[in-house]
Amino acid sequence: MTTEVVDMITVVVDGFEVSVPKGTLVIRAAEQLGIQIPRFCDHPLLEPVGACRQCLVDIEINGRAFPKPQASCTIPVEPGMIVKTQLTSPVAEKAQRGVMELLLINHPLDCPVCDKGGECPLQNQAMSNGQGETRFEGVKRTFQKPINISSQVLLDRERCVLCARCTRFSEQIASDPFITLNERGALQQVGIYENKPFESYFSGNTVQICPVGALTGAAYRFRARPFDLVSTPSACEHCASGCDMRTDVRRGKTLRRLAGDDSTVNEEWNCDKGRWAFKYVTSVDRLTTPMVRNSAGELVAASWPEALAAAAKGLKAAKAAVLVGGRATYEDAYGYSKFARVALETNDIDFRSRLASNEEREFLAARVVGSTTTYLDIDRADHVLLVGFEPEEESPIVFLRINKQVRKRALKVTAIATKLSIGVEKLKGEFVKVAPGAEAAAIATQSLSAKSVILVGERGAESAGVLSAVAALADSTGAKIAWIPRRAGERGALEAGAIGNLLPGGRPVTDASARVDIAAVWGTDSLPSAEGKSVQEIYAAVYAGEIGALVVGGVDPLDGENSQAALAALEKAFVVSLEIASSAVTQRADVVLPVAAITEKSGSFLNWEGRPRSFDAAVQDSLNRSDLRILSMIAEEMGASINLGTVTAAIKEIASLGKWEGARISMSKVSVPAQPTVAGDRFILTSWRRLLDLGTLQQGEENLAGTARKTVAVISPKRASALGVVDGDKLKISTSFGSVTLNALVEDIHDDALWAPRNSRGSQLLVNLGVAHGAVVSVVKV
Amino acid sequence: MTKLTPVLSAHWDEKDSFTIEGYKRHGGYTASAKALAMDPDAIIQLVKDSGLRGRGGAGFPTGMKWGFIPQGDNREHYLVVNADESEPGTCKDTPLLMANPHVLIEGCIIACHAIRAKHAFIYIRGEVTHVVRRVNQAIEDAYKAGLLGNGIDVVLHIGAGAYICGEETALLDSLEGFRGQPRLRPPFPAIAGLYARPTVVNNVESIASVPAIIANGAEWYQSMGTEKSKGATLYSLSGHVNNPGQFEAPLGITLREILELSGGIRTGHTLKFWTPGGSSTPLFTAEHLDVPLDYEGVAAAGSMLGTKALQIFDETTCVVRAVLRWTEFYKHESCGKCTPCREGTWWLVQLLRDLEAGKGTEADLAKLLDLCDNIMGRSFCALGDGATSPITSSIKYFRDEYIAHITHGGCPFDPVASTLFAGAGA
Repeated sequence: MTTEVVDMITVVVDGFEVSVPKGTLVIRAAEQLGIQIPRFCDHPLLEPVGACRQCLVDIEINGRAFPKPQASCTIPVEPGMIVKTQLTSPVAEKAQRGVMELLLINHPLDCPVCDKGGECPLQNQAMSNGQGETRFEGVKRTFQKPINISSQVLLDRERCVLCARCTRFSEQIASDPFITLNERGALQQVGIYENKPFESYFSGNTVQICPVGALTGAAYRFRARPFDLVSTPSACEHCASGCDMRTDVRRGKTLRRLAGDDSTVNEEWNCDKGRWAFKYVTSVDRLTTPMVRNSAGELVAASWPEALAAAAKGLKAAKAAVLVGGRATYEDAYGYSKFARVALETNDIDFRSRLASNEEREFLAARVVGSTTTYLDIDRADHVLLVGFEPEEESPIVFLRINKQVRKRALKVTAIATKLSIGVEKLKGEFVKVAPGAEAAAIATQSLSAKSVILVGERGAESAGVLSAVAALADSTGAKIAWIPRRAGERGALEAGAIGNLLPGGRPVTDASARVDIAAVWGTDSLPSAEGKSVQEIYAAVYAGEIGALVVGGVDPLDGENSQAALAALEKAFVVSLEIASSAVTQRADVVLPVAAITEKSGSFLNWEGRPRSFDAAVQDSLNRSDLRILSMIAEEMGASINLGTVTAAIKEIASLGKWEGARISMSKVSVPAQPTVAGDRFILTSWRRLLDLGTLQQGEENLAGTARKTVAVISPKRASALGVVDGDKLKISTSFGSVTLNALVEDIHDDALWAPRNSRGSQLLVNLGVAHGAVVSVVKV
Repeated sequence: MTKLTPVLSAHWDEKDSFTIEGYKRHGGYTASAKALAMDPDAIIQLVKDSGLRGRGGAGFPTGMKWGFIPQGDNREHYLVVNADESEPGTCKDTPLLMANPHVLIEGCIIACHAIRAKHAFIYIRGEVTHVVRRVNQAIEDAYKAGLLGNGIDVVLHIGAGAYICGEETALLDSLEGFRGQPRLRPPFPAIAGLYARPTVVNNVESIASVPAIIANGAEWYQSMGTEKSKGATLYSLSGHVNNPGQFEAPLGITLREILELSGGIRTGHTLKFWTPGGSSTPLFTAEHLDVPLDYEGVAAAGSMLGTKALQIFDETTCVVRAVLRWTEFYKHESCGKCTPCREGTWWLVQLLRDLEAGKGTEADLAKLLDLCDNIMGRSFCALGDGATSPITSSIKYFRDEYIAHITHGGCPFDPVASTLFAGAGA
């Protein structure tokens, strides 16, 4: 790795010398010395604007003084610079006091009823750098308040100090310039375009960086005072981006979540789903007690000993397998992995409760487990290739990171996709248009270098040959691969061996020395040596009577293909369900064990980079137990202890496993089926999940749901005109399984393809049609 | 002997002065023909040698500004003409463009050639529809005559009525289709101006002065004016005078001389105060009648030459009232970007209204001055500075009059006496 040589410049601030890299702004050089210059418009991640004039300081360079105070947020340091802040310059002090007084003349001073009161930069800096009394005796500017600028963001124009942080964030960071400053003078105000609300996936960041109480979130407005909240550093459970977060709790209830500050991952941002989707934790369907199915076939409340005994008995009575969803923490996934091998003596475990393939399982073992591609590789890439991955919808912080480089240095982005998305358009990406199922061929034609990064999503598993082509392209060009699943727990589950072909740490189950490694740590004589079944194979085996029992945690059977077969398998098997809320699985389970939600337990996720994102319980004294703890109790009951009573125990044990230096699984050759030809009313279906949709973890947050993108069915202009379809026409899309009717949208998409959101209001493809990608559907205008 | 030196305004009294024929009759478009045959750098040098300084107010040397444009950078360069004349009192570009739009077009051709630009944009304020029509016609005629369209194009852009768009970077934002608000500098327009390309922004009068300089040479231009303020310029006389209008004279002429030339103060009245260069320049009084009206002379006397908009107020005028009107203008026109100007003008108006209505106190005067101190030099651009100039200068010269409003419990002046119709039985 090369270290960049940075020119350092030494300046004097208030009599103290400080050396900072060339290009550093005066306001930040002062910060290095612990000298805080008051500011509102300044934000380290936004371009300087110099609008609020709160940070005025006196500056001289090599003995030549500026005739008037300068905005320290806009001026980079120079050799020979002497800065006098409010601490040493009476002129700067008066200038700052004057600006503060002016900022407050039109401010309503309604701190006692303002959400920001207690954590407000205006309030704080008015105390530290202002004067106690105003000399303003005139009439304040007034506005109607508050007004909705989206269903989740409210604007109080009276409180606004017009620093333009929100509008600059939307333009410079999110590339969603849906809000802007309107009007002029004291009547200047933040506004939206007519009939175009602030529907950005990143709008919540504007609420967080607003230095006053002008922008508030509907979910938190008037709910609490900051000083009544207990804050806990946490990690986001919604996707694999790995955002650092802060969870604020009052009296055992989460009231809000904020983006944490981690410059290597999410910088200071997060997405609206991470910020606002947390009510599922307190949803009405939350399970509170264990339940056991009685002889009459009804699920009834049971005591823990009773439920654990029933679970152990059922699991010992039949050949059992484990299905664990992608939301499990690293430690919980490790618990499931060990439980399967030690207590159930099987490798039949799979964390991929979604569309998955055996090609993918080999790819994960051969290329992904232990991989070290990071955000920094995106920062340094010469070219980013997106395969089966829509960063804005499926990993929003990855989108922001790519966008940063696109804006900064015109990073080249290429998307191999069936449809041009809003996100790829914002990234100014080259759109390589392919028919659903024909992705693999397009990958092979890409020219990359050793500085390129291939970002492949979990949808890479949905077209045969894609992941093999990605591996081949990486081999031939030296480009790095990053596999970016949607769910927060998948990378951790992979590393924990919650999959049929791997033990923890990427050790192949078929490798005898790998098994010896693990068996030694686990204290068992031997481990099962045959490769386990995949999620689809497990359901099929249950259906065929080969497997009689299932341990299921955090799985939605409707997320996979052939969901009816999955439901039937759950009906048939003896099912032990570990779940936080009532679901399709708990309804069919024989033993239901309530588990702790993310805010009630500690643990960690591994984000797509494999970087640990650990968190503590935000809600203290929860009676709910983690999956890990409960699995331990079942294992104990079964007489096959896994000794993982606590998260700490799991972390220690994982650390003691060490790295696997042995051979990796190699990928077998995949045959790509012939591409179907479609014409007339036949289309090949393609879809992905949108960031805001009907996901289980978004339940109960209507304000957030209000900003979801509209549900549409997209076809190409050529096919639309052949069918006589225009925007807004109703299209009935059918398979032999079922049908769904959606509004048409004519857009840039492959002529063979029809796109619809996979799990949005009115369009749940796996439930409605039984398929989601690559299948032929028929379309009728109705 | 008259001190007037009509160059720009030489033929304004001719019926067809604004037509291409009228312009050509007096040698119009020969300077551009001459310039197009010259090396661009030689033109820049010639303009530098002439000593021409920006006529928009700041007086920055025009040739030097052109010289800042990077050469051989293989990028588009642009010329932008600032015709957004909106300062209270300033009224030189409007009559110039009405009487002789072609001199500006010829100036654009020369300037574009000099700075290697293919496009000139004339940004004109939207309220002056008659000027817009006239300049449009002139551009059309210049295209028909083959003077434009051969490598140099001129585009007329009409503003939407914002004083701030006279600030050059706000003008560029507005020209690009954004809301006009001043940009952070650096980068300066010469490096990244219109569409982030090297751009020269010049006032109408500056560009219109160029053809005569090309035609007559730098020495001729230097022969007029004072040591550091060369050439002749338009002085716009308005207010309580017998004969308002444009007076083109060498820089350095005094108001006393202009008043003598023009017929003096309104008969029967005496000079009370005046602005040397529009409402943003600190007021002068009768004691400044002999201040040489060039960049240095006016600055030495505590004001700015600005746009040479000589607004004359006689003894019937209430200075508090006049200053309040100007302040209301600045409040209305503040763009809102920075705190001191946006909030400060909002407050200033309220303080002045109270003072004019006799509801103020002497402490309010101190507050007013302190407030001006918190705005002046603290704002993002010069608009906020300009808003304080009439207030601080009027208190400096007429503090007693402010006090009189307080002690009198209102304005001691008869507002009718200052009107044009005063004494006409109105």
